[in-house]
Amino acid sequence: MATDQMTVQASGKGPQPTVKPAPRRSLPVLDRRYLPVLGTFVVLVLMLVIGGTRYENFLSGRVMANLFINNSFLIVVAVGMTFVILTGGIDLSVGAVVALSTCISAWMFLHGWDAIITIPASILVGTLIGWIVGVMVHVFEIQPFIATLAAMFLARGLCYVVAPESIPITDATIVKLSETRWEIVDNFAVTPSGVIALSVVLVAFVTLHYTRFGRTVYAIGGNEQSARLMGLPVARTKVLVYVISGTCAGLGGLLFAVFARSGYSLTGVGMELDAIAAVVIGGTLLTGGSGFVLGSVLGVLVLGLIQTIITFEGTLSSWWTKIVIGALLLVFVILQRLLVVRRR
Amino acid sequence: MTGLAQLTRHRLFWPIVALFVLLLASTLKHHTFIEVTIRDGHLYGGPIDILRRSSILLLVALGMTLVIATRGIDLSVGAVMAIAGAVTLSQIADSPDPGSLTTVALAMATGLAVCLVIGVFNGFLVAVLGIQPIIATLVLMTAGRGIAMLITGGQITTVTSAPYKALASGFWLGLPIAALIAGFFFAVVAVVTRRTALGVLIESVGINPVASRLAGVRARTIIWTVYVLCALFACIAGFLQSSNIMAADSNNAGLFIELDAILAVVIGGTSLAGGKFSLTGTLVGVLVITTLTLSITVIGIPVNAVSLFKALVVIVVCLLQSPVVQHKLRARRRKAAPVPVEVPA
Repeated sequence: MATDQMTVQASGKGPQPTVKPAPRRSLPVLDRRYLPVLGTFVVLVLMLVIGGTRYENFLSGRVMANLFINNSFLIVVAVGMTFVILTGGIDLSVGAVVALSTCISAWMFLHGWDAIITIPASILVGTLIGWIVGVMVHVFEIQPFIATLAAMFLARGLCYVVAPESIPITDATIVKLSETRWEIVDNFAVTPSGVIALSVVLVAFVTLHYTRFGRTVYAIGGNEQSARLMGLPVARTKVLVYVISGTCAGLGGLLFAVFARSGYSLTGVGMELDAIAAVVIGGTLLTGGSGFVLGSVLGVLVLGLIQTIITFEGTLSSWWTKIVIGALLLVFVILQRLLVVRRR
Repeated sequence: MTGLAQLTRHRLFWPIVALFVLLLASTLKHHTFIEVTIRDGHLYGGPIDILRRSSILLLVALGMTLVIATRGIDLSVGAVMAIAGAVTLSQIADSPDPGSLTTVALAMATGLAVCLVIGVFNGFLVAVLGIQPIIATLVLMTAGRGIAMLITGGQITTVTSAPYKALASGFWLGLPIAALIAGFFFAVVAVVTRRTALGVLIESVGINPVASRLAGVRARTIIWTVYVLCALFACIAGFLQSSNIMAADSNNAGLFIELDAILAVVIGGTSLAGGKFSLTGTLVGVLVITTLTLSITVIGIPVNAVSLFKALVVIVVCLLQSPVVQHKLRARRRKAAPVPVEVPA
């Protein structure tokens, strides 16, 4: 206190220090929460600049539109994953659930079901599996890693039963969904899948930041015991995040069906890792409690851009994608770690 | 009755029941399944086949048990297997004399050295930088297969080398060499962790890293060591796997084996939260998973349903082991007669 007063009274240099610390103090506060996401954003911009200067037509509307269209299902899956990771859990089943949802919609179309029934059914399959996982995690206290692993085997197993071979989808609704393109500016078109993905992001954003449920999700990730002692509905929320993740994976499967127009039991192998990588690159802590759904979207775009750049480069082999993603993951993880250390 | 109650309460009771049920079902379907005969001077039969096939998973699960006991996890083992196969087979394929024992030994030494570096890298991320194990090893899980493909140039490298082939398909003293290798390392780890203080130290690090450090345990060194060991065991598993098909397939070598290994460890009663670990439990877990995969084909379940069947068994075993169900079973037992034995799946 005394020193405070003294600095104020030492008015010779008074105005300058008192003005300057204010923004300096407020900036780090912003930084701490947003720095990981900001880092992802900088990487994204850097990649766009590098791509734009190296290759012609890289920054064209078509390439950017394709970035969204080709990754719409991954965006949806990563959004669901963000909820789970924010509570400190993990969901390994999403890739298999995407495949299951795709297979079931293909199978139902093959057997003459109408799109009005098939589309909700393929999404609800994900919801159901998410609920089973939630119950296993919460009621039976099985670790999320193992519970979602079992769910992954279950979903993948059902895939093989439903669609041992690739089933083409010829349903009129799906075909229309996959062929519709709304051109906004020249060459920059938006597809229904892109719109669905963006609306999922929007809904998730509002849910996480402007509802009680969202705050509870963050609270559980911060400290589950404290959240319980505060009287927050921990049980319900923990089951719900897996339901959300499952539903998102189901929806992602539907988008994948629209994208690929076939159902195949081996789709989405390793997609859970892409989703987790996107969430981590997007700045969400795997311990839970800190992160943003928009960061995950940026993470997916970064992954997509790596793929695009490698395609544009032409001479680079496909395996460089994996190596670059791994390296990027490493950089971000170390960066996050340094941030956490500094905070303490 | 109290004897039975104690028996069912043992954490390995349900996995062992599952193992016996699977063996029984296979034998009922094919009466010769359980028979062990001598053919061409070595043992032959269902149980021997299970031993041979479980060797790869046992090696990986062995390292995984130690890592999990320190409250960690290693997702990169599958990728490490792919790298081990890629490095070793590339060197054998490039050498002028692929069939000589020296070539094979040198190539395997290179593979082990590369995997040692990988283990040191993983250990550094976890023990020194303090990054969460699941994410630290996710880095190599993602990048590792890319690196393996970089080494083989995206090709599936195939070799013909008699000494290397013997690793997976050879027999010594009538037993498969692969099973002997896995058994040897299992015995070594069991002796080292249970006859020296190392096992207790690992457990103490897993139960409370801070407290054990304050008590004078070199937590950092121990964590680092288990990741190095895990990578080395994965490397040997990679040798066995690539020797089995005599090819380095970077995309499919050890694919999803990390999941099977973690599952084996958990079925064996070691908690993912770290602390007490059971090598015997891991062995039982590995046998359950291998027998499951083998008996599925023997029993005649369609190939399409393999994964589904596996999922159901896993879910049933996990549920039976879960604290809630254990508690309920115990409560019921106290009230009434012993519980009828449930048959998984």
